[in-house]
Amino acid sequence: MNWNFEILPDFIFNGLRDGAVYGTVALALVLIFKATTLINFATGELAMLGAFFVYVLNVEQGWWLWLSIAVAMAVSAVIGAAVERALVRPFDPDDHLPVVLITLGLFLIINAVAGDIWNYQVRRVNDPFGHFPSWVPNGSELKTSSDGTIACLKNADGDLVEVARGTADADMCEMVGRTFFEVIGARLHYRTIGTWIGLALALIALAIILGKTKAGLAFRAVSSNAESARLVGVNTGRTLGFGWALASVFGTLGAALVSPALGGVNPNMMLTILIYALAAAALGGLDSLGGAVIGGLVVGLIKSVLVSWFGVVVLGQAYFSILQLAMAFLLILIVLLFRPAGLFGTRRIERV
Amino acid sequence: MTDMMLKVENLHARYGAVEVLRGLDFEVPDGNVVVMLGANGAGKTTTLRALCNMCTTSGTIEMEGDDISRSKTADIVRRGVAHVPQGRGTFPELSVMDNLKIGAYTRKDKEVSADVDRWFEIFPRLEERRDQLAGSLSGGEQQMLAVARALMCRPRLLLLDEPSLGLAPLIIEDLFERFAQLNKETGLTMLLVEQNANLALDMADYGYVIESGEIALHGPAEQLKNDPAVQEAYLGA
Repeated sequence: MNWNFEILPDFIFNGLRDGAVYGTVALALVLIFKATTLINFATGELAMLGAFFVYVLNVEQGWWLWLSIAVAMAVSAVIGAAVERALVRPFDPDDHLPVVLITLGLFLIINAVAGDIWNYQVRRVNDPFGHFPSWVPNGSELKTSSDGTIACLKNADGDLVEVARGTADADMCEMVGRTFFEVIGARLHYRTIGTWIGLALALIALAIILGKTKAGLAFRAVSSNAESARLVGVNTGRTLGFGWALASVFGTLGAALVSPALGGVNPNMMLTILIYALAAAALGGLDSLGGAVIGGLVVGLIKSVLVSWFGVVVLGQAYFSILQLAMAFLLILIVLLFRPAGLFGTRRIERV
Repeated sequence: MTDMMLKVENLHARYGAVEVLRGLDFEVPDGNVVVMLGANGAGKTTTLRALCNMCTTSGTIEMEGDDISRSKTADIVRRGVAHVPQGRGTFPELSVMDNLKIGAYTRKDKEVSADVDRWFEIFPRLEERRDQLAGSLSGGEQQMLAVARALMCRPRLLLLDEPSLGLAPLIIEDLFERFAQLNKETGLTMLLVEQNANLALDMADYGYVIESGEIALHGPAEQLKNDPAVQEAYLGA
Protein backbone atom coordinates (compact mmCIF):
# COMPACT_ATOMS: atom_id res chain seq x y z
CA MET A 1 0.00 0.00 0.00
CA ASN A 2 1.38 3.30 -1.08
CA TRP A 3 -0.73 6.09 0.39
CA ASN A 4 0.54 8.81 -1.86
CA PHE A 5 -1.54 11.67 -0.52
CA GLU A 6 0.69 14.24 -2.19
CA ILE A 7 -0.79 13.56 -5.60
CA LEU A 8 -4.35 13.05 -4.34
CA PRO A 9 -5.41 16.68 -4.96
CA ASP A 10 -4.41 16.26 -8.62
CA PHE A 11 -6.76 13.31 -8.89
CA ILE A 12 -9.53 15.21 -7.12
CA PHE A 13 -9.23 18.13 -9.52
CA ASN A 14 -9.17 15.82 -12.52
CA GLY A 15 -12.15 13.92 -11.18
CA LEU A 16 -14.16 17.08 -10.70
CA ARG A 17 -13.15 18.27 -14.18
CA ASP A 18 -14.30 15.06 -15.86
CA GLY A 19 -17.29 15.04 -13.53
CA ALA A 20 -18.37 18.47 -14.74
CA VAL A 21 -18.40 17.13 -18.29
CA TYR A 22 -20.40 14.06 -17.26
CA GLY A 23 -22.77 16.37 -15.41
CA THR A 24 -23.27 18.54 -18.49
CA VAL A 25 -24.05 15.54 -20.68
CA ALA A 26 -26.23 14.08 -17.90
CA LEU A 27 -28.22 17.36 -17.96
CA ALA A 28 -29.00 16.62 -21.60
CA LEU A 29 -30.14 13.09 -20.71
CA VAL A 30 -32.27 14.30 -17.81
CA LEU A 31 -33.95 17.09 -19.80
CA ILE A 32 -35.25 14.54 -22.29
CA PHE A 33 -36.07 11.98 -19.61
CA LYS A 34 -38.09 14.54 -17.64
CA ALA A 35 -40.20 15.36 -20.65
CA THR A 36 -40.68 11.92 -22.13
CA THR A 37 -39.44 9.39 -19.51
CA LEU A 38 -37.16 7.86 -22.07
CA ILE A 39 -33.39 7.65 -22.33
CA ASN A 40 -32.02 9.26 -25.45
CA PHE A 41 -29.07 7.06 -26.37
CA ALA A 42 -28.18 9.44 -29.18
CA THR A 43 -27.37 12.21 -26.68
CA GLY A 44 -23.63 11.52 -26.88
CA GLU A 45 -23.54 11.34 -30.66
CA LEU A 46 -25.56 14.55 -31.07
CA ALA A 47 -23.02 16.15 -28.73
CA MET A 48 -20.14 14.71 -30.76
CA LEU A 49 -21.69 16.24 -33.86
CA GLY A 50 -21.77 19.57 -32.01
CA ALA A 51 -18.08 19.24 -31.15
CA PHE A 52 -17.35 18.63 -34.84
CA PHE A 53 -19.25 21.80 -35.74
CA VAL A 54 -16.94 23.66 -33.39
CA TYR A 55 -13.99 21.99 -35.10
CA VAL A 56 -15.20 22.87 -38.61
CA LEU A 57 -16.00 26.48 -37.76
CA ASN A 58 -12.98 27.19 -35.60
CA VAL A 59 -10.18 25.05 -37.02
CA GLU A 60 -11.22 24.70 -40.66
CA GLN A 61 -12.97 28.03 -41.18
CA GLY A 62 -10.88 30.03 -38.75
CA TRP A 63 -13.79 31.54 -36.82
CA TRP A 64 -13.26 32.85 -33.31
CA LEU A 65 -13.47 29.86 -30.95
CA TRP A 66 -16.22 31.21 -28.69
CA LEU A 67 -18.31 32.25 -31.65
CA SER A 68 -17.82 28.76 -33.10
CA ILE A 69 -19.03 27.19 -29.86
CA ALA A 70 -22.07 29.50 -29.73
CA VAL A 71 -23.00 28.80 -33.35
CA ALA A 72 -22.48 25.05 -32.84
CA MET A 73 -24.81 25.17 -29.84
CA ALA A 74 -27.45 26.99 -31.88
CA VAL A 75 -27.16 24.53 -34.80
CA SER A 76 -27.40 21.63 -32.33
CA ALA A 77 -30.59 23.12 -30.92
CA VAL A 78 -32.15 23.08 -34.38
CA ILE A 79 -30.97 19.51 -35.01
CA GLY A 80 -32.31 18.36 -31.63
CA ALA A 81 -35.72 19.88 -32.31
CA ALA A 82 -35.74 18.43 -35.85
CA VAL A 83 -34.93 14.94 -34.55
CA GLU A 84 -37.79 15.18 -32.06
CA ARG A 85 -40.20 16.39 -34.74
CA ALA A 86 -39.23 13.87 -37.41
CA LEU A 87 -38.31 10.73 -35.48
CA VAL A 88 -39.91 10.89 -32.03
CA ARG A 89 -43.22 12.75 -32.26
CA PRO A 90 -44.87 10.44 -34.81
CA PHE A 91 -44.70 7.61 -32.28
CA ASP A 92 -46.97 6.88 -29.36
CA PRO A 93 -45.31 8.59 -26.37
CA ASP A 94 -46.51 5.89 -23.98
CA ASP A 95 -44.83 3.11 -25.94
CA HIS A 96 -41.18 3.56 -25.07
CA LEU A 97 -39.54 0.69 -26.91
CA PRO A 98 -39.86 2.06 -30.47
CA VAL A 99 -38.53 5.47 -29.47
CA VAL A 100 -35.61 4.01 -27.50
CA LEU A 101 -34.77 1.86 -30.52
CA ILE A 102 -34.92 4.96 -32.69
CA THR A 103 -32.46 6.78 -30.45
CA LEU A 104 -30.18 3.74 -30.59
CA GLY A 105 -30.43 3.71 -34.38
CA LEU A 106 -29.74 7.43 -34.46
CA PHE A 107 -26.67 6.80 -32.30
CA LEU A 108 -25.30 4.35 -34.90
CA ILE A 109 -26.24 6.51 -37.89
CA ILE A 110 -24.68 9.70 -36.56
CA ASN A 111 -21.54 7.83 -35.55
CA ALA A 112 -21.23 6.21 -38.98
CA VAL A 113 -21.95 9.40 -40.91
CA ALA A 114 -19.45 11.36 -38.83
CA GLY A 115 -16.92 8.58 -39.39
CA ASP A 116 -17.54 8.75 -43.12
CA ILE A 117 -17.13 12.52 -43.27
CA TRP A 118 -14.26 13.01 -40.85
CA ASN A 119 -12.85 9.45 -40.47
CA TYR A 120 -11.88 8.14 -37.07
CA GLN A 121 -8.62 9.96 -36.52
CA VAL A 122 -8.41 12.39 -33.66
CA ARG A 123 -8.46 15.92 -35.02
CA ARG A 124 -6.82 18.44 -32.81
CA VAL A 125 -8.93 21.35 -31.61
CA ASN A 126 -8.07 24.59 -29.91
CA ASP A 127 -8.45 24.69 -26.17
CA PRO A 128 -10.46 27.66 -24.98
CA PHE A 129 -8.72 27.55 -21.61
CA GLY A 130 -5.54 25.62 -22.29
CA HIS A 131 -2.73 28.10 -22.25
CA PHE A 132 -2.09 31.73 -22.07
CA PRO A 133 0.49 32.57 -24.71
CA SER A 134 3.81 34.20 -23.93
CA TRP A 135 3.63 33.39 -20.28
CA VAL A 136 7.28 32.58 -19.77
CA PRO A 137 8.42 34.01 -16.47
CA ASN A 138 11.73 35.83 -16.22
CA GLY A 139 14.65 33.53 -15.67
CA SER A 140 12.75 30.57 -17.16
CA GLU A 141 13.44 28.78 -20.33
CA LEU A 142 10.95 26.87 -22.44
CA LYS A 143 11.90 23.30 -23.35
CA THR A 144 9.98 20.80 -25.41
CA SER A 145 10.44 17.10 -25.76
CA SER A 146 11.76 15.97 -29.14
CA ASP A 147 8.37 14.71 -30.33
CA GLY A 148 6.78 17.94 -29.19
CA THR A 149 4.28 16.36 -26.86
CA ILE A 150 5.61 17.73 -23.60
CA ALA A 151 6.46 21.32 -22.86
CA CYS A 152 8.51 22.25 -19.82
CA LEU A 153 9.76 25.40 -18.24
CA LYS A 154 13.24 25.46 -16.78
CA ASN A 155 12.92 27.73 -13.81
CA ALA A 156 15.56 29.84 -12.11
CA ASP A 157 16.61 26.95 -9.86
CA GLY A 158 17.26 24.81 -12.90
CA ASP A 159 14.26 22.49 -12.25
CA LEU A 160 12.11 21.42 -15.16
CA VAL A 161 8.41 22.02 -14.57
CA GLU A 162 5.98 20.41 -16.94
CA VAL A 163 3.45 22.91 -18.24
CA ALA A 164 1.67 21.15 -21.08
CA ARG A 165 1.33 17.66 -22.31
CA GLY A 166 -0.38 15.91 -25.14
CA THR A 167 -1.85 18.83 -27.01
CA ALA A 168 1.41 20.65 -27.62
CA ASP A 169 3.28 20.19 -30.83
CA ALA A 170 6.57 21.69 -31.92
CA ASP A 171 5.29 25.01 -33.18
CA MET A 172 2.63 25.26 -30.50
CA CYS A 173 5.26 24.94 -27.84
CA GLU A 174 6.57 28.30 -28.86
CA MET A 175 3.27 29.56 -27.63
CA VAL A 176 3.02 27.43 -24.59
CA GLY A 177 2.76 29.11 -21.31
CA ARG A 178 1.58 27.89 -18.03
CA THR A 179 -1.69 25.96 -18.14
CA PHE A 180 -2.46 25.70 -14.46
CA PHE A 181 -2.47 27.30 -11.05
CA GLU A 182 -0.77 25.56 -8.24
CA VAL A 183 -3.24 24.88 -5.47
CA ILE A 184 -2.18 22.90 -2.39
CA GLY A 185 0.67 21.49 -4.37
CA ALA A 186 -1.58 20.23 -7.13
CA ARG A 187 -2.17 21.50 -10.62
CA LEU A 188 -5.49 23.15 -11.10
CA HIS A 189 -5.57 23.53 -14.86
CA TYR A 190 -7.19 26.54 -16.47
CA ARG A 191 -9.11 24.02 -18.52
CA THR A 192 -10.54 22.50 -15.35
CA ILE A 193 -11.68 25.86 -14.06
CA GLY A 194 -13.05 26.68 -17.49
CA THR A 195 -15.07 23.46 -17.52
CA TRP A 196 -16.51 24.29 -14.11
CA ILE A 197 -17.40 27.79 -15.23
CA GLY A 198 -18.98 26.36 -18.37
CA LEU A 199 -21.12 24.00 -16.32
CA ALA A 200 -22.03 26.73 -13.83
CA LEU A 201 -23.09 29.11 -16.60
CA ALA A 202 -25.10 26.33 -18.22
CA LEU A 203 -26.88 25.69 -14.93
CA ILE A 204 -27.65 29.36 -14.40
CA ALA A 205 -28.95 29.67 -17.96
CA LEU A 206 -31.06 26.55 -17.47
CA ALA A 207 -32.46 27.82 -14.17
CA ILE A 208 -33.48 31.08 -15.84
CA ILE A 209 -34.95 29.39 -18.92
CA LEU A 210 -36.95 26.83 -16.94
CA GLY A 211 -37.82 29.04 -13.99
CA LYS A 212 -38.51 32.44 -15.50
CA THR A 213 -39.75 31.97 -19.05
CA LYS A 214 -43.13 30.91 -20.31
CA ALA A 215 -41.59 28.19 -22.48
CA GLY A 216 -39.74 26.89 -19.43
CA LEU A 217 -42.93 26.86 -17.37
CA ALA A 218 -44.66 24.96 -20.17
CA PHE A 219 -41.76 22.48 -20.27
CA ARG A 220 -42.03 21.84 -16.53
CA ALA A 221 -45.79 21.50 -16.83
CA VAL A 222 -45.54 18.94 -19.65
CA SER A 223 -42.92 17.01 -17.62
CA SER A 224 -45.20 17.02 -14.60
CA ASN A 225 -48.53 16.17 -16.22
CA ALA A 226 -48.71 16.08 -20.02
CA GLU A 227 -52.50 15.63 -20.17
CA SER A 228 -53.22 18.63 -17.94
CA ALA A 229 -50.66 20.66 -19.86
CA ARG A 230 -52.66 20.02 -23.04
CA LEU A 231 -55.85 20.97 -21.23
CA VAL A 232 -54.50 24.41 -20.33
CA GLY A 233 -53.59 24.95 -23.97
CA VAL A 234 -49.90 24.01 -24.03
CA ASN A 235 -48.73 22.61 -27.36
CA THR A 236 -47.05 19.54 -25.90
CA GLY A 237 -45.31 18.51 -29.13
CA ARG A 238 -43.64 21.87 -29.60
CA THR A 239 -42.69 21.93 -25.92
CA LEU A 240 -40.98 18.53 -26.20
CA GLY A 241 -39.12 19.80 -29.26
CA PHE A 242 -37.96 22.70 -27.11
CA GLY A 243 -36.69 20.20 -24.52
CA TRP A 244 -34.76 18.28 -27.17
CA ALA A 245 -33.26 21.53 -28.43
CA LEU A 246 -32.15 22.50 -24.92
CA ALA A 247 -30.70 19.05 -24.34
CA SER A 248 -28.70 19.21 -27.57
CA VAL A 249 -27.32 22.59 -26.57
CA PHE A 250 -26.02 21.20 -23.26
CA GLY A 251 -24.64 18.09 -24.93
CA THR A 252 -22.71 20.21 -27.41
CA LEU A 253 -21.40 22.42 -24.63
CA GLY A 254 -20.17 19.36 -22.71
CA ALA A 255 -18.52 17.91 -25.83
CA ALA A 256 -16.90 21.22 -26.75
CA LEU A 257 -15.52 21.58 -23.23
CA VAL A 258 -14.12 18.05 -23.11
CA SER A 259 -12.71 17.73 -26.62
CA PRO A 260 -9.38 19.55 -25.94
CA ALA A 261 -8.75 17.27 -22.96
CA LEU A 262 -9.29 14.26 -25.21
CA GLY A 263 -6.65 15.60 -27.57
CA GLY A 264 -9.26 16.58 -30.14
CA VAL A 265 -12.49 15.44 -31.73
CA ASN A 266 -13.27 12.07 -33.25
CA PRO A 267 -16.54 10.26 -33.91
CA ASN A 268 -16.08 7.92 -30.95
CA MET A 269 -15.19 10.63 -28.43
CA MET A 270 -18.52 10.49 -26.56
CA LEU A 271 -18.94 6.73 -26.27
CA THR A 272 -17.46 6.31 -22.79
CA ILE A 273 -18.56 9.76 -21.69
CA LEU A 274 -22.17 8.78 -22.42
CA ILE A 275 -21.79 5.74 -20.15
CA TYR A 276 -20.42 7.90 -17.33
CA ALA A 277 -23.17 10.45 -17.92
CA LEU A 278 -25.77 7.67 -17.74
CA ALA A 279 -24.26 6.56 -14.44
CA ALA A 280 -24.35 10.20 -13.27
CA ALA A 281 -27.99 10.62 -14.27
CA ALA A 282 -28.99 7.33 -12.65
CA LEU A 283 -27.16 8.27 -9.47
CA GLY A 284 -28.65 11.76 -9.29
CA GLY A 285 -32.13 10.61 -10.21
CA LEU A 286 -33.14 10.53 -13.85
CA ASP A 287 -35.59 13.39 -13.46
CA SER A 288 -33.47 15.69 -11.31
CA LEU A 289 -31.39 18.36 -13.05
CA GLY A 290 -29.44 19.23 -9.90
CA GLY A 291 -29.01 15.51 -9.26
CA ALA A 292 -27.48 15.09 -12.72
CA VAL A 293 -24.78 17.63 -11.94
CA ILE A 294 -24.01 16.25 -8.49
CA GLY A 295 -24.14 12.73 -9.93
CA GLY A 296 -21.65 13.78 -12.61
CA LEU A 297 -19.21 15.21 -10.08
CA VAL A 298 -19.53 12.10 -7.88
CA VAL A 299 -18.96 9.75 -10.81
CA GLY A 300 -15.91 11.81 -11.85
CA LEU A 301 -14.54 11.61 -8.31
CA ILE A 302 -15.18 7.88 -8.00
CA LYS A 303 -13.48 7.26 -11.31
CA SER A 304 -10.48 9.43 -10.51
CA VAL A 305 -10.01 9.02 -6.76
CA LEU A 306 -11.38 5.55 -6.09
CA VAL A 307 -10.26 3.82 -9.26
CA SER A 308 -7.22 5.77 -10.49
CA TRP A 309 -5.76 6.98 -7.21
CA PHE A 310 -6.75 4.29 -4.74
CA GLY A 311 -6.72 1.38 -7.17
CA VAL A 312 -3.75 2.21 -9.34
CA VAL A 313 -1.58 4.36 -7.07
CA VAL A 314 -2.34 3.13 -3.56
CA LEU A 315 -2.94 -0.54 -4.30
CA GLY A 316 -0.47 -0.46 -7.15
CA GLN A 317 -2.80 -2.46 -9.40
CA ALA A 318 -2.56 -1.08 -12.90
CA TYR A 319 -5.47 -3.17 -14.11
CA PHE A 320 -7.79 -0.94 -12.09
CA SER A 321 -7.52 1.62 -14.87
CA ILE A 322 -9.35 -0.72 -17.25
CA LEU A 323 -12.14 -1.15 -14.71
CA GLN A 324 -13.28 2.47 -14.90
CA LEU A 325 -16.11 1.76 -17.31
CA ALA A 326 -17.14 -1.37 -15.46
CA MET A 327 -17.30 0.77 -12.33
CA ALA A 328 -19.83 3.04 -14.07
CA PHE A 329 -22.04 0.08 -14.95
CA LEU A 330 -21.69 -1.28 -11.44
CA LEU A 331 -22.80 2.08 -10.07
CA ILE A 332 -25.85 2.13 -12.36
CA LEU A 333 -26.70 -1.39 -11.24
CA ILE A 334 -26.37 -0.60 -7.53
CA VAL A 335 -28.45 2.57 -7.81
CA LEU A 336 -31.21 0.89 -9.79
CA LEU A 337 -31.24 -1.98 -7.35
CA PHE A 338 -31.35 -0.10 -4.06
CA ARG A 339 -32.61 3.34 -4.90
CA PRO A 340 -34.30 3.33 -8.32
CA ALA A 341 -35.23 7.01 -8.06
CA GLY A 342 -31.59 7.98 -7.50
CA LEU A 343 -30.39 10.39 -4.85
CA PHE A 344 -32.57 13.35 -5.80
CA GLY A 345 -35.15 11.90 -8.16
CA THR A 346 -38.88 11.88 -7.61
CA ARG A 347 -40.18 8.72 -6.08
CA ARG A 348 -43.43 8.34 -7.92
CA ILE A 349 -46.31 8.00 -5.56
CA GLU A 350 -49.55 7.38 -7.37
CA ARG A 351 -52.67 8.43 -5.56
CA VAL A 352 -55.56 6.37 -6.72
CA MET B 1 -84.78 31.97 -25.23
CA THR B 2 -81.31 31.67 -23.72
CA ASP B 3 -78.23 31.65 -25.92
CA MET B 4 -76.49 28.33 -26.24
CA MET B 5 -72.97 28.14 -24.88
CA LEU B 6 -72.63 24.63 -26.16
CA LYS B 7 -74.69 22.63 -28.61
CA VAL B 8 -73.63 19.06 -29.27
CA GLU B 9 -75.16 16.87 -31.97
CA ASN B 10 -74.59 13.22 -32.73
CA LEU B 11 -71.30 13.07 -30.83
CA HIS B 12 -69.35 9.85 -31.29
CA ALA B 13 -66.00 9.13 -29.68
CA ARG B 14 -63.70 6.16 -29.68
CA TYR B 15 -60.52 4.94 -28.07
CA GLY B 16 -58.96 2.67 -30.66
CA ALA B 17 -61.59 0.15 -31.66
CA VAL B 18 -63.87 0.83 -28.71
CA GLU B 19 -66.72 3.23 -29.35
CA VAL B 20 -67.41 5.00 -26.08
CA LEU B 21 -69.91 7.65 -27.16
CA ARG B 22 -72.67 6.61 -29.54
CA GLY B 23 -74.38 9.71 -30.76
CA LEU B 24 -74.92 12.15 -27.90
CA ASP B 25 -77.10 15.23 -28.27
CA PHE B 26 -77.06 17.80 -25.52
CA GLU B 27 -77.04 21.51 -24.88
CA VAL B 28 -75.57 23.79 -22.28
CA PRO B 29 -77.34 27.18 -22.16
CA ASP B 30 -75.27 30.24 -21.37
CA GLY B 31 -75.05 30.89 -17.64
CA ASN B 32 -76.49 27.52 -16.67
CA VAL B 33 -75.12 24.65 -14.65
CA VAL B 34 -75.70 21.38 -16.47
CA VAL B 35 -74.94 18.07 -14.83
CA MET B 36 -74.23 14.71 -16.41
CA LEU B 37 -75.03 11.63 -14.40
CA GLY B 38 -74.21 8.07 -15.20
CA ALA B 39 -72.57 4.91 -13.97
CA ASN B 40 -68.85 4.24 -14.22
CA GLY B 41 -67.86 3.67 -17.83
CA ALA B 42 -71.00 5.29 -19.24
CA GLY B 43 -68.90 7.84 -21.13
CA LYS B 44 -69.11 10.95 -18.94
CA THR B 45 -65.39 11.61 -18.78
CA THR B 46 -65.04 10.88 -22.48
CA THR B 47 -67.76 13.42 -23.21
CA LEU B 48 -65.78 16.15 -21.48
CA ARG B 49 -62.55 15.03 -23.17
CA ALA B 50 -64.28 15.01 -26.54
CA LEU B 51 -65.35 18.63 -26.05
CA CYS B 52 -61.65 19.60 -25.72
CA ASN B 53 -60.60 17.44 -28.67
CA MET B 54 -58.63 15.10 -26.42
CA CYS B 55 -59.91 12.01 -28.24
CA THR B 56 -61.06 10.99 -31.70
CA THR B 57 -64.60 12.21 -32.32
CA SER B 58 -67.22 12.72 -34.97
CA GLY B 59 -70.36 14.80 -34.86
CA THR B 60 -70.72 18.53 -34.29
CA ILE B 61 -69.76 20.53 -31.25
CA GLU B 62 -70.91 24.11 -31.51
CA MET B 63 -69.71 26.71 -29.06
CA GLU B 64 -71.65 29.95 -29.36
CA GLY B 65 -72.59 29.02 -32.91
CA ASP B 66 -69.09 28.03 -34.14
CA ASP B 67 -68.15 24.43 -34.82
CA ILE B 68 -65.18 23.59 -32.61
CA SER B 69 -65.13 19.84 -33.16
CA ARG B 70 -62.03 20.09 -35.37
CA SER B 71 -60.27 22.83 -33.37
CA LYS B 72 -57.03 22.17 -31.56
CA THR B 73 -57.20 21.85 -27.79
CA ALA B 74 -55.20 25.05 -27.34
CA ASP B 75 -57.65 26.98 -29.55
CA ILE B 76 -60.60 25.59 -27.61
CA VAL B 77 -58.96 26.78 -24.38
CA ARG B 78 -58.45 30.18 -25.99
CA ARG B 79 -62.15 30.30 -26.77
CA GLY B 80 -62.79 30.04 -23.05
CA VAL B 81 -63.22 26.37 -22.22
CA ALA B 82 -61.50 25.31 -19.00
CA HIS B 83 -61.36 21.66 -18.06
CA VAL B 84 -60.78 20.34 -14.56
CA PRO B 85 -60.01 16.70 -15.29
CA GLN B 86 -60.84 13.74 -13.12
CA GLY B 87 -58.25 13.21 -10.40
CA ARG B 88 -57.72 16.99 -10.26
CA GLY B 89 -54.97 17.17 -12.90
CA THR B 90 -52.72 19.51 -10.99
CA PHE B 91 -49.00 19.63 -11.71
CA PRO B 92 -47.55 17.94 -8.61
CA GLU B 93 -43.92 18.98 -9.22
CA LEU B 94 -44.85 22.63 -9.74
CA SER B 95 -45.50 25.16 -7.00
CA VAL B 96 -49.04 26.38 -6.35
CA MET B 97 -48.07 29.70 -7.93
CA ASP B 98 -46.71 28.02 -11.07
CA ASN B 99 -49.85 25.88 -11.31
CA LEU B 100 -51.91 29.07 -11.46
CA LYS B 101 -49.55 30.72 -13.93
CA ILE B 102 -49.68 27.77 -16.33
CA GLY B 103 -53.47 28.03 -16.14
CA ALA B 104 -53.11 31.40 -17.83
CA TYR B 105 -50.82 29.97 -20.51
CA THR B 106 -53.01 31.00 -23.42
CA ARG B 107 -53.50 34.54 -22.15
CA LYS B 108 -51.42 37.41 -23.43
CA ASP B 109 -52.80 40.25 -21.29
CA LYS B 110 -51.09 41.83 -18.32
CA GLU B 111 -53.72 41.03 -15.71
CA VAL B 112 -52.57 37.54 -14.86
CA SER B 113 -51.10 38.44 -11.48
CA ALA B 114 -54.22 40.44 -10.61
CA ASP B 115 -56.25 37.30 -11.30
CA VAL B 116 -53.90 35.24 -9.14
CA ASP B 117 -54.59 37.65 -6.27
CA ARG B 118 -58.29 37.42 -6.92
CA TRP B 119 -58.38 33.62 -6.66
CA PHE B 120 -56.06 33.73 -3.66
CA GLU B 121 -58.70 35.90 -1.98
CA ILE B 122 -61.36 33.32 -2.71
CA PHE B 123 -59.12 30.36 -1.85
CA PRO B 124 -56.95 31.72 0.98
CA ARG B 125 -55.54 28.27 1.72
CA LEU B 126 -53.81 28.39 -1.65
CA GLU B 127 -52.16 31.70 -0.86
CA GLU B 128 -50.75 30.26 2.36
CA ARG B 129 -49.24 27.50 0.26
CA ARG B 130 -48.25 29.53 -2.78
CA ASP B 131 -44.64 28.31 -2.80
CA GLN B 132 -45.38 24.72 -1.83
CA LEU B 133 -45.36 21.99 -4.46
CA ALA B 134 -48.88 21.11 -5.54
CA GLY B 135 -48.15 17.44 -4.86
CA SER B 136 -47.79 18.20 -1.15
CA LEU B 137 -51.32 19.63 -0.83
CA SER B 138 -54.23 17.70 0.62
CA GLY B 139 -56.89 16.33 -1.70
CA GLY B 140 -59.28 19.19 -0.98
CA GLU B 141 -56.60 21.81 -1.48
CA GLN B 142 -55.56 20.18 -4.74
CA GLN B 143 -59.14 20.31 -5.97
CA MET B 144 -59.32 24.01 -5.09
CA LEU B 145 -56.04 24.50 -6.93
CA ALA B 146 -57.35 22.61 -9.96
CA VAL B 147 -60.44 24.84 -10.02
CA ALA B 148 -58.45 28.04 -9.48
CA ARG B 149 -56.05 26.96 -12.19
CA ALA B 150 -58.94 26.41 -14.60
CA LEU B 151 -60.37 29.83 -13.74
CA MET B 152 -57.03 31.45 -14.56
CA CYS B 153 -57.77 31.18 -18.29
CA ARG B 154 -60.88 33.36 -17.71
CA PRO B 155 -63.21 30.68 -18.99
CA ARG B 156 -66.78 31.13 -20.06
CA LEU B 157 -67.42 27.41 -19.86
CA LEU B 158 -66.04 25.34 -17.00
CA LEU B 159 -65.94 21.56 -17.42
CA LEU B 160 -65.75 19.76 -14.08
CA ASP B 161 -65.03 16.04 -14.03
CA GLU B 162 -66.05 14.46 -10.71
CA PRO B 163 -64.73 17.23 -8.50
CA SER B 164 -66.04 15.45 -5.38
CA LEU B 165 -64.03 12.28 -6.01
CA GLY B 166 -62.03 11.22 -2.96
CA LEU B 167 -62.97 14.23 -0.83
CA ALA B 168 -64.52 14.30 2.63
CA PRO B 169 -68.25 15.23 2.73
CA LEU B 170 -67.69 18.59 4.44
CA ILE B 171 -65.10 19.59 1.87
CA ILE B 172 -67.40 18.52 -0.96
CA GLU B 173 -70.17 20.72 0.39
CA ASP B 174 -67.82 23.66 0.69
CA LEU B 175 -66.61 23.09 -2.87
CA PHE B 176 -70.12 22.93 -4.31
CA GLU B 177 -71.08 26.10 -2.46
CA ARG B 178 -68.19 27.81 -4.18
CA PHE B 179 -69.29 26.48 -7.56
CA ALA B 180 -72.81 27.76 -6.99
CA GLN B 181 -71.45 31.10 -5.87
CA LEU B 182 -69.20 31.36 -8.93
CA ASN B 183 -72.11 30.60 -11.19
CA LYS B 184 -74.36 33.13 -9.47
CA GLU B 185 -71.85 35.95 -9.21
CA THR B 186 -70.02 35.68 -12.51
CA GLY B 187 -72.55 33.86 -14.64
CA LEU B 188 -69.94 31.22 -15.42
CA THR B 189 -71.45 28.34 -17.38
CA MET B 190 -70.65 24.91 -16.03
CA LEU B 191 -70.88 21.38 -17.31
CA LEU B 192 -70.49 19.05 -14.38
CA VAL B 193 -69.91 15.31 -14.38
CA GLU B 194 -70.70 13.88 -10.98
CA GLN B 195 -71.38 10.66 -9.11
CA ASN B 196 -72.70 12.62 -6.18
CA ALA B 197 -76.07 13.13 -7.85
CA ASN B 198 -77.83 14.75 -4.90
CA LEU B 199 -75.45 17.65 -4.56
CA ALA B 200 -75.05 18.03 -8.29
CA LEU B 201 -78.78 18.15 -9.01
CA ASP B 202 -79.27 20.66 -6.19
CA MET B 203 -76.90 23.03 -7.89
CA ALA B 204 -77.76 22.31 -11.52
CA ASP B 205 -80.38 23.82 -13.78
CA TYR B 206 -80.60 20.86 -16.11
CA GLY B 207 -79.39 17.30 -16.16
CA TYR B 208 -78.59 14.46 -18.54
CA VAL B 209 -78.28 10.79 -17.68
CA ILE B 210 -75.82 8.83 -19.84
CA GLU B 211 -75.98 5.09 -20.21
CA SER B 212 -73.56 3.15 -22.41
CA GLY B 213 -72.59 6.19 -24.41
CA GLU B 214 -76.11 7.40 -25.08
CA ILE B 215 -78.43 9.90 -23.44
CA ALA B 216 -80.95 7.83 -21.55
CA LEU B 217 -82.86 10.63 -19.89
CA HIS B 218 -82.78 14.38 -19.58
CA GLY B 219 -84.75 17.18 -18.06
CA PRO B 220 -84.69 20.09 -15.61
CA ALA B 221 -82.73 19.20 -12.48
CA GLU B 222 -85.82 19.44 -10.29
CA GLN B 223 -87.68 17.00 -12.50
CA LEU B 224 -84.78 14.50 -12.58
CA LYS B 225 -84.56 14.60 -8.83
CA ASN B 226 -88.13 13.41 -8.59
CA ASP B 227 -87.87 10.84 -11.35
CA PRO B 228 -88.24 7.37 -9.80
CA ALA B 229 -85.68 5.79 -12.15
CA VAL B 230 -83.07 8.43 -11.30
CA GLN B 231 -83.85 8.14 -7.63
CA GLU B 232 -83.32 4.44 -7.68
CA ALA B 233 -80.15 4.46 -9.76
CA TYR B 234 -78.35 7.53 -8.51
CA LEU B 235 -79.96 8.97 -5.41
CA GLY B 236 -80.05 5.83 -3.34
CA ALA B 237 -83.74 6.20 -2.63
